[in-house]
Order: sequence, then C-alpha cells, then structure tokens
Amino acid sequence: MSIKLLSPKISQKIMNAVFILSGIITILILVLILGYILIKGLPAVNLEFIFGNPIDSGKSGGIFPMIISSIYVTIIAGIVATPLGVGAAVYMSEYSGENKITKLIRFGAETLASIPSIVFGLFGLSFFVIFLGFGWSILSGGLVLALMALPTIFQVAEVTISSIPSSYREGSYGLGATKWQTIYRVVLPAAIPGIVTGIILGMTRAISEAAAVMFAVGSSLSMPLSIFDPGRPLPLHLYVLATEGISLDNAYGTAAVLVIFVLAITIISNYIVDRYQDKIMGR
Amino acid sequence: MDKNKISEFFIEKGLFITAILSIIFIFLIISFILLEGLPAFEDYGFFNLLFGFEWAPTDGDFGVFPMIIGSIFVTLLSLLMAVPLSLLCAIFMAEVAPNKVRKVLKPVIETLSGIPSVVYGFFGLIVLVPIIRENFGGTGFSMFTASLILAVMILPTIITISQDSLRNVPHEYREASLGLGATQWQTIRRIIFPAALPGIITAIILGMGRAIGETLAVIMVAGNVVQIPNSIFDPVRTLTSNIAIEMGYATGLHYNALFATAIVLFLIIILLLLIANYIQHKYKVDIGGGSL
Repeated sequence: MSIKLLSPKISQKIMNAVFILSGIITILILVLILGYILIKGLPAVNLEFIFGNPIDSGKSGGIFPMIISSIYVTIIAGIVATPLGVGAAVYMSEYSGENKITKLIRFGAETLASIPSIVFGLFGLSFFVIFLGFGWSILSGGLVLALMALPTIFQVAEVTISSIPSSYREGSYGLGATKWQTIYRVVLPAAIPGIVTGIILGMTRAISEAAAVMFAVGSSLSMPLSIFDPGRPLPLHLYVLATEGISLDNAYGTAAVLVIFVLAITIISNYIVDRYQDKIMGR
Repeated sequence: MDKNKISEFFIEKGLFITAILSIIFIFLIISFILLEGLPAFEDYGFFNLLFGFEWAPTDGDFGVFPMIIGSIFVTLLSLLMAVPLSLLCAIFMAEVAPNKVRKVLKPVIETLSGIPSVVYGFFGLIVLVPIIRENFGGTGFSMFTASLILAVMILPTIITISQDSLRNVPHEYREASLGLGATQWQTIRRIIFPAALPGIITAIILGMGRAIGETLAVIMVAGNVVQIPNSIFDPVRTLTSNIAIEMGYATGLHYNALFATAIVLFLIIILLLLIANYIQHKYKVDIGGGSL
C-alpha cells in the first residue's frame, strides 16, 4: 500500500528540477573553488615569483626550485611507469588470453591503485630512501610516483589496446608480418591516443601528489641540480606554506601555479589526442 | 625466419616480466610495511594497539582506536554528503540532460578530479574553516569540515563510474518501460537505477576508498586531536593524518607504530574491497551491466 501524494506527471517535473539543480551545484562547486584560488592567487604570480628562489623559507621570494622539482619527479615517474604500464598492457591484451596469472595481475594493478598515497610514502621512505640508499632525493620521490602512476597507465592502455579491431591484426598477419611487427607497427600506433591519455592521467596524478613524496624527496628549498639532490615539489610546498602559516600570499600563488599546471597539461594533451585521432581516422 | 622467432620469444618474455611487476611491487610494499610495522604489534600487543584509547608516543602508548573511529566517521559523513548529489548528477548526465549540457558537465567533472588534493585542503583551510567557526562554534577545524572537503573530492569518482554503469543498461529496458506508459522518472527509479546498482555500489566503494586514504587535505582542516568525537564539530585525527603528522620526527618504536597504523589502514581497505567484490558478484549474474 503506497500513498500516492503526487501524480507521476508532477513528480516527473519535480525530479527534472532536482536533476538540473544537481548539475548546477556540481558546476558551482568547481567555479567556486577554481575561481577563489585563481582570483586570490594570480595577483601573487609574476615572473619574479615563478623564476625566483624562495627567501626566508618561503615567506617571500619565488618558487622556481619547486617548479623544477615538480617537473623532475613527474618526468621520472613518466619515464619509469610508461614502458612498464604499456608493456604489461600489451602482454595482457595481445599475448596472454584469460588465465589465472592475468587475473592475478589485474588484481595486483587494482590493489596498487587503491593503496592510499601516504602508504606509498611510507614505502618510499623504507624502501627507496633507506633500503636502497637513494636518500632523500628527486630519484626516490620520482620512483614512488612511478608506482602510483603505473596502474593508471596500465589500465587505460589495456582497455585501449583491447578495443583495437581484430581486423587490423588480421590484415597485418595476412601480409606476412610477425606478431611483434603487428603490435609495433599496427596495434600500438592505432592505440596511441588512448595510451597517451593514460600516461597524462598518470602524470597528473604524480604532479598533484604531496603525501606520497613528503618522506622521500626531502623537502629542501634549494634548487635540485641532479636527481640525487633533495627537492620540494609544488604540492608539498603549498602544504608546508599553509600548515606552518609561513605566508598566505605565497600559498595562494603556489596553489594558482599548481592548478594552472594541471589544467594546462590536461587541456593541451586532450587537444593533441583529438588532432591525432582525426589524423589516423583520415578526417 | 629463425632470427624472428628468437626475438619474438624474448619480446614475449620481456612483456611478461613488465606485466608481473605490479604483483611484485604489491608484494614489496606489503612486506616492507609489515616488516616495519609488526614490531609495534609485538611490543605493544595486537589488541592493545588496535583497541587502545591512549596515543602518547612519549609515554610509550600506541592505541589507534580513536583514529580508527576518526577515519570511519569522517569517511561515512563525507559519503552521506557526496552520494545523493553525485547520484543525481550521474543520472542527470546519463539519462536526462541534452547532449549540449552533457558536453559542459563532462569537462567540469574531469577538472574537479584533476585538482590536487592539497589545493582542496588549502581551500578548506582558508574558506571553510572560518565559515564553520562563525556558524557552528569551536575552532572550525572539525570532522564536519574534513567530511565536506572529502565529499567534494570524491564527487567526480562516484559520478563518473555510476554514470558509466547507468549508460551500460541495455536500451531495451528503457524502451520497454517507456512503451508501457511509464514516465521517465518512473523508468529511472524502477528500471534503470536497479539495473545499474552493482556499478553504482562499486562507484561508492571506490569513493569511500579515496576518502579513507586521503591524508593532507584532511590534516589541513580536521584539527587532528586524538579523541573520539562527541559531535561532528569536534576535531578528529584519522589514521592517515596520524602517519603524516608524526613520521617526520618518529624514531624507535614510535616509527614502527606509525607503520602499524598503516597496517590497520590496509586491513580496513582490504575489508572494503572484499565487501565490494562480494556485492558485485551477488548482483552481477542477472545484469552484467556493472562494469569495473
């Protein structure tokens, strides 16, 4: 026995309004957060801020060493995780078929993706910094981030490679190509847009991360000259500035630069992927 | 021809090695966390550590129970806020919205998920903490503030995955229901939503995993007092916060106890994954729409 308070037509109208409202709220949340950070942060951002060294542990001065640290660790993460993730994806979609080992591998990647970043941080400290003796360095931080980016790259690449039509492969085999030639010349080029998207997703995850690297990169304020020097990526710098109450202005500026970085990577890569997709589709 | 065969062989083996590396990494991570964390369990006692109320490293007390409660409460409260909004938004995007609106919402949600967690925490610290302090009293650093920030952070996860599973519901279901004269809302509520439920539950569980694992954004707004909160406007400390706050200066058994905190966190997450797997298997048979 249900009491009908509203006719179906009226409840349809109410729900439509609720749905539209939910969409508007979601957009408002983004506009509010991004708008606030950019409006408060952009006035602090100028050439001096971007290319200057921090003065007085970040109270004034710029964030150039942090920008370089961020780029360093992200590139290391990308260089290490890309071949591993794409290689694994090729193996899973082209060689193995479904068996117990592939199930285990997929489970491994899912687990790796669900490990909290602070646990990666602990692992980075005990394994890369202490056990392997890399010390607090850009290298240790980059390797931790590579582990975090790996499952993203692997999962996206696997989905993309599996979705390449088998007629592509058959055509290549028909011309007498070997399996690897087919993968290298036909399957991978066709899958590039998806693979690049996966790499970008993995690298934005890496560049945004602070908790995983806080015990691995060393949090030094000086410019890292080699990968064995300590550094302090942007998110970590923002965290320190904000929680230790060092400088609100510089925290706003750092947040704005970080957000612009992430947005720029996403937008540019989306554009490139679209262009490439048009090209190989012959549009 | 032979040369080709040999190189094909090595390529396959090489690719196999890259594939099993993720298992090796998991194994390494777990063994190193266990290696460093187990001494604390041995020294302080498994149940003392898990259910102890006192966390006072200088006195040698390592009870993490208040942090377990903190983590679970913050996570549940954030789900309470995020789930209704994100499900409505997912249904809106998958079923109701015209294509133009969908094209606006998709990048909005992608951007939301791309914003670094520290930036969310910073926003919470600067904007939300003062608002909460003025309207609800206390310091503004509270469980409620942390949940609010987490809710925003997990929105994109829940929206994206539940939207996918809503879209995977076969078209015939929709058409049959509309053909019987049901309104769109009746169709969504009675047909599409139930059919997409396994995927939606996965989405919620993944959001939950993200919330319980988040560290720095929570530290910045939660107040970090080790206590069992009396109200949602009391400060709390989560398991993840505990590790990040104290790792910088921990030595000896304190150092091990922080790794033990990570083991506890692990156990909770594994529990969540098992529940997610169980629910998926239970519902998967008749629909098969719930991907992921």
